Amino acid sequence: MEALKEKLANPVELLSSALLSGGVEVVDLTHTLDPDFPVIVLPPEFGQCARFRMEEISSYDHRGPAWKWNTFTCSEHTGTHFDAPIHWISGKDLPNNTVDSIPPEHFVGSVVVIDCSEGSAQDDDFELTPEIIAAWEAEHGRIPPASWVFMRTDWSKRSGAAYLNMRDDGPHSPGPTPEAIKFLIDERGIRGFGTETVGTDAGQGAHYTPPYPAHFYLHGAGKYGLQCMCNLDQLPATGAMIFCAPLKIKGGTGSPLRVLALVPKGGR
Amino acid sequence: MVTPLQKPPKKNPQLRTRVPTLPSHYRSRSALFMAAAAAEGRFMLQVCAEPDCESVQYPARDACACCLSDRLVWQDVSPRGNLIATSTVRTSTNTYFRERTPWRLGTVHLDIGPSVMCHLHSELVVGDEVQLINRLDKSGQSVLLALPLERAQLQEDDMQLRELTCDPKFRRILITDARNPNAYALAKSLLEAGATTVFVGEAESWRPYPDRAKLESLQGVELVSLDVTDTSSVQELAGEFGGKVDILINNARFVRPGGIQGRGDVGFAMDEMQVNYFGMMRLAQAFAPAMTGRSADGVNSAVAWVNVLSVYSLVNNPGFGSFSASNAAAHSLSQCLRAEMAASGVRVVNVYCGPTEDEWHQPLPPPKVPAGTLARELVKALQAGLEDVYVGDIAKDIRRKFMESPKVLEKEMTSLETL
Repeated sequence: MEALKEKLANPVELLSSALLSGGVEVVDLTHTLDPDFPVIVLPPEFGQCARFRMEEISSYDHRGPAWKWNTFTCSEHTGTHFDAPIHWISGKDLPNNTVDSIPPEHFVGSVVVIDCSEGSAQDDDFELTPEIIAAWEAEHGRIPPASWVFMRTDWSKRSGAAYLNMRDDGPHSPGPTPEAIKFLIDERGIRGFGTETVGTDAGQGAHYTPPYPAHFYLHGAGKYGLQCMCNLDQLPATGAMIFCAPLKIKGGTGSPLRVLALVPKGGR
Repeated sequence: MVTPLQKPPKKNPQLRTRVPTLPSHYRSRSALFMAAAAAEGRFMLQVCAEPDCESVQYPARDACACCLSDRLVWQDVSPRGNLIATSTVRTSTNTYFRERTPWRLGTVHLDIGPSVMCHLHSELVVGDEVQLINRLDKSGQSVLLALPLERAQLQEDDMQLRELTCDPKFRRILITDARNPNAYALAKSLLEAGATTVFVGEAESWRPYPDRAKLESLQGVELVSLDVTDTSSVQELAGEFGGKVDILINNARFVRPGGIQGRGDVGFAMDEMQVNYFGMMRLAQAFAPAMTGRSADGVNSAVAWVNVLSVYSLVNNPGFGSFSASNAAAHSLSQCLRAEMAASGVRVVNVYCGPTEDEWHQPLPPPKVPAGTLARELVKALQAGLEDVYVGDIAKDIRRKFMESPKVLEKEMTSLETL
């Protein structure tokens, strides 16, 4: 009896039981690391984002008779990945701004999801604005402090050329306006911002003031970014929790990672 | 009369693919000078340098056949002569010729002196004025073939000539990089030369590029997924199409200006090596086995592997110092590939190109090689059966200086005055 009481008083035990019983479900928000998955494209005279590549070391053969293993290479910003504050010039001098120095408790936390999928289906350059955030809060309540905010666009369902949606004047994909991202940081104290597109900024984000406002403001304020995620349509507007620990790379500016969400059953 | 070449029928899947055999090979080290000339399609013989002799030698030897002087100099000489006798070989102890009989041979009395035994174009009869060409055979050795003075109708369809060339006619070709600005010109020239299909490898279809629509509009072009930096992509394409590639043209190239100090990191150098060096290695590991296995597979046998290299693979151009180094590595690897493909008779053709007309050479003054020129020269080289081709005035100039003295050329390229 005492043991059961103790168990019920332990929130981790409760969560474990909920996971076992199916009361809490795990949703994978991660794309597979694939050599052909799009990465951000910069003018070719700049350094580029390394694509994911894999070379076999051995495959139960003369190179290693009983084992198979590979060497993979990629950028810190390839595939579903995490952006640390040091990634942007605005965050370069902050304390604990690298993936290996960020407090680990920041990698686990609650998430709210703002559904912009309808607008993004209509407009490739759909913007998340303070008005949309206000309307969302009117329905779901105030965004709690230290939350992750995800912008759902269903962009992850696109593939091939439609994903970057590159034209002669650059890529076209949805993202937040400078005002929206500033509001989330200054007025709501969020922990980070996540998207389904190749970056936290809109495809045309270079043309805002400041350019790439999500990167500039988030990282300048010591906040984090998550991008190239999928399955955001399986998350509830509120009430989910994510695990998003990047690789512990010395001085790392980001890293590919597995983003997992815990969702209460029926909460999707 | 030349028997017109017929488009090969679909392969009979019940028949074993003919295993490549080779004509007799290595003769003497002296004869390799003739092979080196053949690599560039030059007709060179030894001429005695004694002023009172000056006799022309054939075959290659170490001492003059007239005066025993050892001062024999390789020179471009007139290839013209008179066909004084012919013979048809109907059987042979050599498997290669046995499989290809009847095979015609002739004796040509050259205007410059010697009489030579040579292979014969089917148009020729005794008494004809002829010109000899010096080419590499399937063993990579120099052989002479007599051609009519006037180009015969369907001359290139002649079986004995086709054995010496890598003619694109009725062959299937893989161009490895659709994004290279030369891809369209290459595909177009190859199709005009009679290629059956031109597969063009396209990397990162999620990223648009200017010539895609033009490439797609060419009848006979098939875009296939290929990224030479991605081993799995290379292996997949080779698995699917390796047995249908008769000529592989590796035009994949990563080029950025700069050498060592100006860059400050190894980022672009890694990209240059990934594409220009490891790309070639990946392609070779994946495609060479199928190609070498099909080098005696009839009309559309696998015949050639073409590397489009920078002429600065021979000597470093500090303005593109790191790119030059990656090409030097690729050039060295091409020699290894030549050795490894030698047993099959698949020819490794190196196209040494001067600065190209593209975005990365935009601030450079002319002369630069336009894509159309590269394509034309490359196709001509395949039709002519060459192994080394220099495209553009700069490439030809570098070649001449390199042959003269690699060290003097290096001094010229790296002197303060040049920089």
